[in-house]
Amino acid sequence: MSTILSISDLRKSYAGGFEALKGVNLEIEEGEILALLGPNGAGKTTLISTICGITTATSGAVTVGGHCIEHDYRAARAMIGLVPQEINLEPFETVMNSVRFSRGLFGKPRYDALIEDILKKLSLWDKRTSQIKELSGGMKRRVLIAKALSHEPRVLFLDEPTAGVDVELRKDMWDVVRELRESGVTIILTTHYIEEAEAMADRVGVIAGGEILLVEEKADLMARMGKKELQVILTDPISAVPAALADHDLRLGEDGRSLVYTYDVKAERTGITALLNDVAAAGLVLSDVATRQSSLEDIFVGLVSGENA
Amino acid sequence: MNWTAVAAIYQFEMARFFRTLAQSFLSPVLSTSLYFVVFGAAIGSRIDQVEGVSYGAFIVPGLIMLSVITQGISNASFGIYFPKFIGTVYELLSAPVNFLEIVLGYVGAAATKALFIGVVILATAHLFVDITIQHPLAMILFLVLTCVSFALLGFIIGIWAKNFEQLQLVPLLIVTPLIFLGGSFYSISMLPPVWQTITLFNPVVYLISGFRWSFFGTADVPVAMSLLAIALFTGLCLFVIGWIFRTGWRLRS
Repeated sequence: MSTILSISDLRKSYAGGFEALKGVNLEIEEGEILALLGPNGAGKTTLISTICGITTATSGAVTVGGHCIEHDYRAARAMIGLVPQEINLEPFETVMNSVRFSRGLFGKPRYDALIEDILKKLSLWDKRTSQIKELSGGMKRRVLIAKALSHEPRVLFLDEPTAGVDVELRKDMWDVVRELRESGVTIILTTHYIEEAEAMADRVGVIAGGEILLVEEKADLMARMGKKELQVILTDPISAVPAALADHDLRLGEDGRSLVYTYDVKAERTGITALLNDVAAAGLVLSDVATRQSSLEDIFVGLVSGENA
Repeated sequence: MNWTAVAAIYQFEMARFFRTLAQSFLSPVLSTSLYFVVFGAAIGSRIDQVEGVSYGAFIVPGLIMLSVITQGISNASFGIYFPKFIGTVYELLSAPVNFLEIVLGYVGAAATKALFIGVVILATAHLFVDITIQHPLAMILFLVLTCVSFALLGFIIGIWAKNFEQLQLVPLLIVTPLIFLGGSFYSISMLPPVWQTITLFNPVVYLISGFRWSFFGTADVPVAMSLLAIALFTGLCLFVIGWIFRTGWRLRS
């Protein structure tokens, strides 16, 4: 795989002195889906805006397909499709004209068969002659995607593509994104929804305070940082963790009916055998055991709050 | 040059115009008719002739200029302000286009609309008064240059404006008075001497004078001065736009 987007030491300070990006370094491989997770104000949109040319960087370099976004901006931008977070559309224009306009703006000759294909994939074909103001919010978001795809980008930025979109449409959109990836388009999506990153991304980047905290294969990230919880359900409730089990760092569950043990999946010894032996030795009777894998969300919350950073 | 992009912007802007064609067409026809009823028939019947031309015919070039200047400014300023207002400007900024291409698209469309209105007014005026154009080529040149230069000014205003009030401010407070005081409805020679001198600082005087010369062969100021004035004005607008282009002022943060 080759690198399609390379960001080195990218910094952005606004006039008021606010530093939105504090030296971002990121390499994105061709054909992957990278999810950028981060809280509000983390710098996600600023990062995308800077790469796409909407804001200018204070310092640092970005290349897209080897083209510098500053000196060779035409070639760089021609490769990029951007689906912005806000639904920004000319309300009185028709869907078809709006999408055609985007293609023309990017210097591509008219190609109605392609536009038809895109609109059909996004279930917009029936609405092609409708004015945009007549469409629902979800449909408008699809128009934004259609506009971004109209000029056949190699890299697609989706800035919070499913914010405020209902569950069904969200699933549809995930399908569209996966299909795009199949066709070789590199996708960078920002999201609040961990579920989204978990469902779609190959790699996950976590951004907070204008810095990339980590970028890793999603599976590795979950395995490396994932913690598991073992829940031991007791037949009879207890009021406190017995002294004999003090070494195991247990937490008493609700109603005193369970003991919760957190362990690292990757650790050499999880300590489960010893724990269960000691539980039996302490004379507690088990009615059930359960385990739970921590999700990306737990990891994310942990990272952003600084626990694992 | 990304000519496809220029064409795309131009067509997109013209589509807006054609969506509201009835308004675009009716409003200048109506207002011109009103001007002729009031100034041409009601007041004009009491005025003999101005510089050897009937008053009704005399005001035609000024009327055209009045509309063309106002339309050029409002179309171009709205054209670029509206994407800023609704947020679609992101697409322009992230597209592989340079500022010159953006200006050509927007200003070209705005100037075309203004030119269209100018021609409609000329045709409407023709229904009320007899007009002969002595220098047709010069007339077209003045008309096109005025459309383009004021569309350029409108583009600057549209970039500068942060809200709809500001968008109206310059046309309302500066441009309209300059046009009305620029000899749209009178000859400069009708003014007291002091005002004749003061009025020479009004750039619109040179435009209207030159434009009127192309119709009737008489002018308040020499035609060369008129051409120089419009060239200077266009140059100034281009200079400001060039500066906006280099700095990304009010467009890129």
